[in-house]
Amino acid sequence: MGDSPYAPHTPTETREMLDAIGVDSQEDLFDIPDQVRFDGQFDIDARSEREVRAEFEATLGRNTDLVELLGRGHYDHYVPSIVDHLADRQEFLTSYTQYQPEIAQGFLQALFEYQSMLVELTGLPVANCSLYDAATALGEAATLATRVRDASGSRVLVPAQMQAGKRRVLENYASGTDLTVEPYPMDDGAVDTTALAEIADEEVLLVYAESPTVRGVIEESLPAVAGVAAGNDALFCLGSDPVALAVLEEPAALGADIVIGDAASLGLGAAGGMGLGLFATRESFLRQVPGRLVGAGEDESGRRAYTLTLQTREQHIRRERATSNICTNQAWVALRAAIHAATLGPEGLVELATDCVTHTGGVAERVDTVPGVEAPVHDRHHFREFAARTDESARTVAADLADHGFAVHALDDDHLQVCVTETSADAVDEFVDALEVVA
Amino acid sequence: MSDDEPGNGGTPGANGYDQARYTDGDRYEPLLSEKRSREVDVETPLPDAVTRDSLELPALSEPELSRHYTRLSQMNYGVESGPFPLGSCTMKYNPSFTEDIAGLPDAAIHPDRDPETMQGTLAVLAQLSDYLAKIGGMDGVTLQPPAGAAGEYTGTMITRAYHEENGDDRSEVLVPDSAHGTNFASAALAGFDVVELPSGDDGRVDIDALESALGDDTALLMLTNPNTLGLFERDIVDIARMVHEAGGLLYYDGANLNALLGRARPGDMGFDIMHYNVHKTFATPHGGGGPGAGPVGVVEKLEPFLPAPRVRPVDGEGEPAHELFEPEQTIGKVHGFLGNWQVLVKAGAYIARLGDEGLADAGAKAVLNANYLAEQLDYEVPFGPFHHEFVASAGEQDAADVAKRMLDYGVHPPTTKWPETVEEALMTEPTEGENRRTLDQLAAAFNAVADEDETTVASAPRRTAARRIDQVDAARNPRLSWHALDE
Repeated sequence: MGDSPYAPHTPTETREMLDAIGVDSQEDLFDIPDQVRFDGQFDIDARSEREVRAEFEATLGRNTDLVELLGRGHYDHYVPSIVDHLADRQEFLTSYTQYQPEIAQGFLQALFEYQSMLVELTGLPVANCSLYDAATALGEAATLATRVRDASGSRVLVPAQMQAGKRRVLENYASGTDLTVEPYPMDDGAVDTTALAEIADEEVLLVYAESPTVRGVIEESLPAVAGVAAGNDALFCLGSDPVALAVLEEPAALGADIVIGDAASLGLGAAGGMGLGLFATRESFLRQVPGRLVGAGEDESGRRAYTLTLQTREQHIRRERATSNICTNQAWVALRAAIHAATLGPEGLVELATDCVTHTGGVAERVDTVPGVEAPVHDRHHFREFAARTDESARTVAADLADHGFAVHALDDDHLQVCVTETSADAVDEFVDALEVVA
Repeated sequence: MSDDEPGNGGTPGANGYDQARYTDGDRYEPLLSEKRSREVDVETPLPDAVTRDSLELPALSEPELSRHYTRLSQMNYGVESGPFPLGSCTMKYNPSFTEDIAGLPDAAIHPDRDPETMQGTLAVLAQLSDYLAKIGGMDGVTLQPPAGAAGEYTGTMITRAYHEENGDDRSEVLVPDSAHGTNFASAALAGFDVVELPSGDDGRVDIDALESALGDDTALLMLTNPNTLGLFERDIVDIARMVHEAGGLLYYDGANLNALLGRARPGDMGFDIMHYNVHKTFATPHGGGGPGAGPVGVVEKLEPFLPAPRVRPVDGEGEPAHELFEPEQTIGKVHGFLGNWQVLVKAGAYIARLGDEGLADAGAKAVLNANYLAEQLDYEVPFGPFHHEFVASAGEQDAADVAKRMLDYGVHPPTTKWPETVEEALMTEPTEGENRRTLDQLAAAFNAVADEDETTVASAPRRTAARRIDQVDAARNPRLSWHALDE
């Protein structure tokens, strides 16, 4: 031990290199005043690869073995093996931002294909090649709205029911541009369009709605939401996800100016909340789009080739006047999502999305048969997940379910939320049995 | 000029490299949509009003897709392909074993679990936070920011909250002209006015310029150290004192931390806030642009402002346990969940593998390699002494052209035309992962291009998958999806 296992220098080579530079020792290369020199004692012991792996296996093994019926913005769909094997090819995995497009055509084309699939799913002509996650994408949507002539005002209206993390990230982005974030009421799990219209005025900059909502409700009044936004010179931002968009009406047709979401529901599976910020918008906002865009062009041989484009929007050129501060993004996750979508194909993706409707409805019906539990709480169509009301304390029920091997959300003391995908569908019988015992 | 030069003995000492190139008429590898697409009708139990009529997507079999993406990967260049000395990006080797650890079934969990049922995940996060605090000389660390720029944004938001808490209205963030573009953009996103500091003649912070810029409005000074020229800010202790006396905070951009591993810590220099680029310093793969992670460390007085939730140990018997908590004056959240979890796991595994001595050796070899390479170059390399990177000047040549030509020698070129403090800048960071032989080949590539005439350089590259791409035309006529190609 002592040397980095990933630095290839032999002692002889090190010596010869120091000689070539003309210094006696490696320490002579450091121009650091003694006052701030550090002795190198972090007290971190080096371990062998085998030891590190065993240690992490043991540590992570302390995660309780649970069937996760969890969603609310982070979803576990089955990721085909081919996704791992192709995305892990080193030329993809260890490359970086395509500053030299001629040697990076492969990744650029994959990102162009990712953008194209999002264009197909959203109906909007411009999709970037990733932001961090849905929450930061919503934050970027709000800041975009401040820069376009089509909208004015400083109020951002959001659904009263939304993922807390997303709301809090948005509030941070909003505060930097002096925007306020205000909730509008929901009616039985969907937008209360009358109430929304009442609180909206010309000071509204952006109206945000989701379908599916954080509780899995398919929103049926999006055209009315778009109408409220348009009637107040505000933009309409829709939150959705690529699986749901395979069957839902195109956001562009519903009047959405911007679509955000987490596209990591394709390609990633449960990954501790790691995401893939989806961002698509209208052509007229092209020059205000945050993040990287891949465009098609031509090379000197006359062939079609791909390149990062419209880079004058970005921080490395525009600095404090850039459309966003984002540099490193989620490109590799976008590659994974694209491979996953391509593996499913149109039939597979539509089937997956349809299952998210039919299976979820079926599970809710079965949960509803459990005494002391009512499901779904909202008399709506659901996608992947639904809220359930419990007579007993929902928090206690959730804790007891964990003892039976199931993780569900406890929304408050009266409500659970249950999410089912194909990765957990086989466990539904046992889940209902467990619920009958604990509820 | 023939297509078989350089390489194949064309230039003594230089690498030869022909990238895979699949062609199909007036395109390279056809798009998925051009290979086979299908439109399918959409029929679900949902009302027609909320349902689309049909969906059209590529419809390829798995063998076809496997070939498609394999060919695309061959028309791409990663750290394994050859040297990748992209300045300020630290394109070091990414150990494969960390991928396997991040891919463990027990690592694949939902972040909304009850903390009691995710003790393994919390323990990994706590250990990494602890490692990073020690490495940076910081008191508290958040792992939530999903990239370096997100870390900067977190730091500037903490700055704002700290001054607001003190009833101190401070509107300006100072950023040196040689800083990363993200510094400017992150400060602006947090609502600050950005004041640019000119560099001194020695490429470092100009103390007089700093003195006159500091004042009652100064909220923060953002510094990279070593800076983007690879120079250590020797006056850092004085700089810290000046900023603190003016009532401001000092921010450390961790992009260049690799140089200092085990030899100096931002906390000891007087920095109050820092971010770590784990995809640079701690060897997690760059993934063609991301994901990275940008944890943020702070000194004790700023810990209450860190994003929520944080992880902390719980006192008790038995196995060490952890819980999540909300810091008292938290700025809230900067990521919807816990951050780029898979990236964080890999970074933790890398640090554990190297330990104190391995980390210090990584830094030393990175600095050794940069100095050795700089010594071999015919291009002028102003300033010094360098640490992990240096900025050469292409002089009369166009740095962007030089970069294109270097591609023909089988190496990835450096970052070009930045920082602007060096004319036709070639910002070069070889990292510790390259051996002497590769550095010699890299130097040979630089030197061969330095001797070439303008026509040769301007017509490069010839050996990459694609030839020179007309970026101006691509931007003037944006075609951003396959739908736009028919227009």
